[in-house]
Amino acid sequence: MEKSLNWREFVITRAVKASGYSAIVFVLLIFFFLMREGLPAIGEVSAGNLFSIRWYPIEDYFGILPLITGSIIVTIGATLIAVPFGIGTAVYISEIAPRWMREVLKPLVELLGGLPSVVLGFLGILIVSPNLRILLDLPTGLTAFTGSLLLGGIAVPTVVSVAEDALDAVPRSYREGAWALGATPWQTIWRVTLPAAKSGVLTAVMLGVGRAIGETMTVMMVTGNAPVLATKLGSLFAPVRTMTATIAAEMGEVANGSVHYHTLFLIGIILFLISLTVNVLASSVVFRTKKRAERILS
Amino acid sequence: MNKIIIENLSLQYSDGTESLKGISMEIRQNAVTVLFGPAGGGKSTLLRCLNRLNDLTEVRSNSGRILIDGEDILDPKTDVIALRRKVGMVFARPVTLPMSIRENITYGLELAGEKRRAKLNEAVERSLKLAAIWDEVKDRLNEPAIALSGGQQQRVCLARVLALQPEIILLDEPTSGLDPISTGKVEAALYELKKNFTVILVPHSVQQAARTADHAAFFLQGELIEYGDGKKMFTAPKQKKTEDYIMGRFG
Repeated sequence: MEKSLNWREFVITRAVKASGYSAIVFVLLIFFFLMREGLPAIGEVSAGNLFSIRWYPIEDYFGILPLITGSIIVTIGATLIAVPFGIGTAVYISEIAPRWMREVLKPLVELLGGLPSVVLGFLGILIVSPNLRILLDLPTGLTAFTGSLLLGGIAVPTVVSVAEDALDAVPRSYREGAWALGATPWQTIWRVTLPAAKSGVLTAVMLGVGRAIGETMTVMMVTGNAPVLATKLGSLFAPVRTMTATIAAEMGEVANGSVHYHTLFLIGIILFLISLTVNVLASSVVFRTKKRAERILS
Repeated sequence: MNKIIIENLSLQYSDGTESLKGISMEIRQNAVTVLFGPAGGGKSTLLRCLNRLNDLTEVRSNSGRILIDGEDILDPKTDVIALRRKVGMVFARPVTLPMSIRENITYGLELAGEKRRAKLNEAVERSLKLAAIWDEVKDRLNEPAIALSGGQQQRVCLARVLALQPEIILLDEPTSGLDPISTGKVEAALYELKKNFTVILVPHSVQQAARTADHAAFFLQGELIEYGDGKKMFTAPKQKKTEDYIMGRFG
């Protein structure tokens, strides 16, 4: 009896440990695979070609700059839409909405977060882009701005969900302290609740950005996919192509082991590094919050 | 002189608990009035009625009148923001706002529209001195208030309330988290304050009630059992229940 219990304990602990370690192993494997397939591109494609502004793989033009700027412009646009809208929604849900409204809105926002992005892309092609073309009098509705709008929509639930949790975690006593001083609800939100939840709200923004930059399907469907270098504000209303869309569109028909193949993986590495940076920034902010919370409680 | 007149005040929270049952009492100006009794007796609820902080919690029914300087503050037409400037409140746990010490003091004034630097600086010094903390923080006014000790934070909170120059100060167990020395400092500050303000205190112990009370009111399960002169209440209470509580037989 005693012995079999020990034996079971042993197996279970090991199994749990193994699944924990496997997460690390998988990340490392993916990383090494990316490196193995992508790094050769640096030797095969000259730096001048790689950092040129022309992406036309069939004739050996591998300029990745238009793809990077494409990703950046769409992501910035999405962030500018998702952040104010997302934080506003979070503030409304956590601070202003009556209880029953909160109980309706919160699951609704989370549901929105689970919407498949291909469905949003579909709506983008059918509804957003034709209307945008007419409204802004553009040659085509498939632009970086269309992508930003939809990506913003995709990032909003992430921002709302995390920011709302952060606001919710602000002790009620902070708000009462401000109210008792004669602060209006808006003054309380702006000067007390939001600053107190600052790091959580920042994390929400970072995660929203991360969500936007890695999104593939929607942008591939609505940004027009023209690898044109985005340099000026006007590029926002012209077609662009993002890194994610490039990989998704071309990986299927590339010859295994070719220069083109390696370059696509190189783009993957760059994308990986960008989202790694965003995530590390986000988690370092979270980490700081924790330490500060401990200080307050001690 | 009576500053506050409470007439037949009743309050029931949304979850069905009845917190105040027909309270009537008069609160004197320039004195410390102590509300004491076991937990759940309605003391805090009464305090939170006086600055309408209960507006923000879920209250099912609230009846009766509270007259401050003759005006019924429960009237829906009352300017709640102005009321809260006139009736300041200090909470059980020090709630320093996430700002510097100076900003904590000036925040209320800035909300009220005061922008002149000189006025603000003058208010910072005056109120920190009144709260007996000026000497401890005068060289570090721009540091975050959260870095202060609990006792210091509580006096900063008191100063923050004083900066608004209220007429009435509500204190809800202001020393419950403090060590005896800090408690002594807060109590000493109260003694000074009553010269200019009407002070209403929910103490965190019977001893503190006895030390500070000019007038004392004993609350039990939402009812006002006994109300009268502080000295008499703690030496010769009229009601059996009051006596039992003071003697530590329950509560």
